[in-house]
Amino acid sequence: MLTATGKRPWTFYALAGFFALYVAFLYGPMLCIFILSFQGQGGALVFPMRGFGLYWFVDLFTQVRTGDVLGAISRSIPLALIVMTLTVVISVASGLAFRNRFRGSGILFYGAIASLVAPGLVLSIGIGLMFQLLGLPQHWYSSAVGAQLTSTLPFGLLIMFAVFGRFNRAYEEAARDLGAAPALILRLVVVPIILPGIIAVALFGFTLSYDEFARTLQTSGPTNTLPLEIWSMTTNVTSPALYALGTVTTAFSFIVIAISLTAIALIQRRRFGRTLATKPPVAAGGGAAGG
Amino acid sequence: MSGRGRIELVGVFKRYPDGTVAVNGVNLTVEDGTYCCLLGPSGCGKTTILRMIAGHEAPTDGEIVIGGENVAGRPPSQRGTAMMFQSYALFPHLTVRDNIAFALRARGMAKAERYREADAVMEQVQLTALANRLPAQLSGGQQQRVALARAIITKPRVLLLDEPLSALDEFLRLQMRSELRLMQKQLGITFIHVTHTQLEAVAVADQVVVMAQGRVEQSASARGIYAEPRSAYVARFMGGQNVLTGKFEAVANGQATLRGPLGQQFVLPQTARSAPAHPAMTFAVRRDRVRLAKQAAVAAPPVNTVFGTVKAIEYQGIYVKVTLALVMPEGAVNGADEFVVYVEEGRYFRDPIAIGEKVAGSWDIDDVHVLTGGPSAGPVH
Repeated sequence: MLTATGKRPWTFYALAGFFALYVAFLYGPMLCIFILSFQGQGGALVFPMRGFGLYWFVDLFTQVRTGDVLGAISRSIPLALIVMTLTVVISVASGLAFRNRFRGSGILFYGAIASLVAPGLVLSIGIGLMFQLLGLPQHWYSSAVGAQLTSTLPFGLLIMFAVFGRFNRAYEEAARDLGAAPALILRLVVVPIILPGIIAVALFGFTLSYDEFARTLQTSGPTNTLPLEIWSMTTNVTSPALYALGTVTTAFSFIVIAISLTAIALIQRRRFGRTLATKPPVAAGGGAAGG
Repeated sequence: MSGRGRIELVGVFKRYPDGTVAVNGVNLTVEDGTYCCLLGPSGCGKTTILRMIAGHEAPTDGEIVIGGENVAGRPPSQRGTAMMFQSYALFPHLTVRDNIAFALRARGMAKAERYREADAVMEQVQLTALANRLPAQLSGGQQQRVALARAIITKPRVLLLDEPLSALDEFLRLQMRSELRLMQKQLGITFIHVTHTQLEAVAVADQVVVMAQGRVEQSASARGIYAEPRSAYVARFMGGQNVLTGKFEAVANGQATLRGPLGQQFVLPQTARSAPAHPAMTFAVRRDRVRLAKQAAVAAPPVNTVFGTVKAIEYQGIYVKVTLALVMPEGAVNGADEFVVYVEEGRYFRDPIAIGEKVAGSWDIDDVHVLTGGPSAGPVH
């Protein structure tokens, strides 16, 4: 913002400097890892770069000593998909339910939100302990799913609150007026209209699960998910293969996010984006010629 | 088909769980094929009545009869009604054609067949060229036509319109209201149109129902409401009238004499109501029927005359609106009583008046309209 004299106030420079620091802290370390992962064969864990190439990416997927990366990925992605699906279904259903005040809705809501506040590691230990107590086997597809839902569901629910807060119930009434049964209203009207919100919930569910560490630590059973595998690698792998893994997983996350955001943007643009471009002048708007 | 769109409300009452009474015992009959406007300020219960006829809300008490059938407990789609929502509620993700065909899709009609019917309706309301557009790509007037087409595709016997023109700008509002009127004539079905705009109601409706605080104040033709308001509330709400009060003094020769609060003498035609049993009476005088003169020029004795100081002058094109603060004839300024005179434009400019000037407004006994309700508070326009 410019002042009347055309000069920016000093607060502009102070805030800009603060923001620059924030960006440097956020992306600086990531950038270092990206760069170091592209070292040549003689590379080490620190700068300076020794050579350049994809050696450590090949190493990552071929050598056994770097750990079971492929196995971890083959568990983490299905796990993320399961958590994502459950999060979407349960969040949308609860979002619909919470639009009406019902007995105990307040307690239920705070109960759900409380699991965001509870420390993930403690939750994880507790769930692991409970499974042991009940004599149930722990697996990434059982106990870990439950543990991860404790963080994804409250997030999903909060997003759906925001989505339904802006949802005009007249759409449902109009559909009812036109003779649609409740199931049809949900399928033809509600879900398509809130689709961008549903994609956002899915994205949260997937990415939160994909890099969840604390909640999975004591609940994944005998095999590791990807974040657990990376963590164990930091203690026994001392080559840039670790950085290559970081680069691969980060790139994957970015691709998932990009796909989701693009989908949301496309839906929004289809619905609202061309409004201004094609709106006829006000004076001619009502007439048949307006088309 | 005759009578299918006749609506009868009998003792309809609506209380919300929080104790608010939205509709307080409404009896109303709307004949088949009538264009009826429910008119009133916000919160008067008009939209609640509409939603109860549509079946989106249930009355706490009373009966709603459409075409001779009590529709209590029936879902909206089985009442033969269709509703046009405020701001239309067009489905934003569906094209114009799919929006219009929605009711047929809900009935399980095959795609080809429902598109054929939708195309026929689109032809009727001149939307064919816009069939594949999304609602956001339409102007306000076009959106209204889509909403109308979507509502009439099932051939309802009653169309319920909730503030159908409020989303439009002034220019379109005038255009679309005559389109609505035309469409109602073509379809020959009952229209119930909710609005808070007096001019909109009297312009389109056969029957105007003025509501206040959950009750019907008056139900009559547009002219009946405007020229012969039943109560002070209706007279004030519709505008164009001065509402005056006086204490009953005498009856002679079929005329009643009243004494106004500032000592004015008012003479009214004697009605059943102007008997000594009603010591305070309220009547209305149309603003355009009042003659305005400079105070010095008024002949004595001043009967049916009020004196005032000019407070505001507004040029309105075909007339000039002159607002007076009423005063005693001797000149002592009294209270907040306002009196408005519409002076025909040509006459005004032959002898213009200035703000602060003392003037007198007088009228003929034939222009007095006696009101039955008390001098209840109401909006002043």
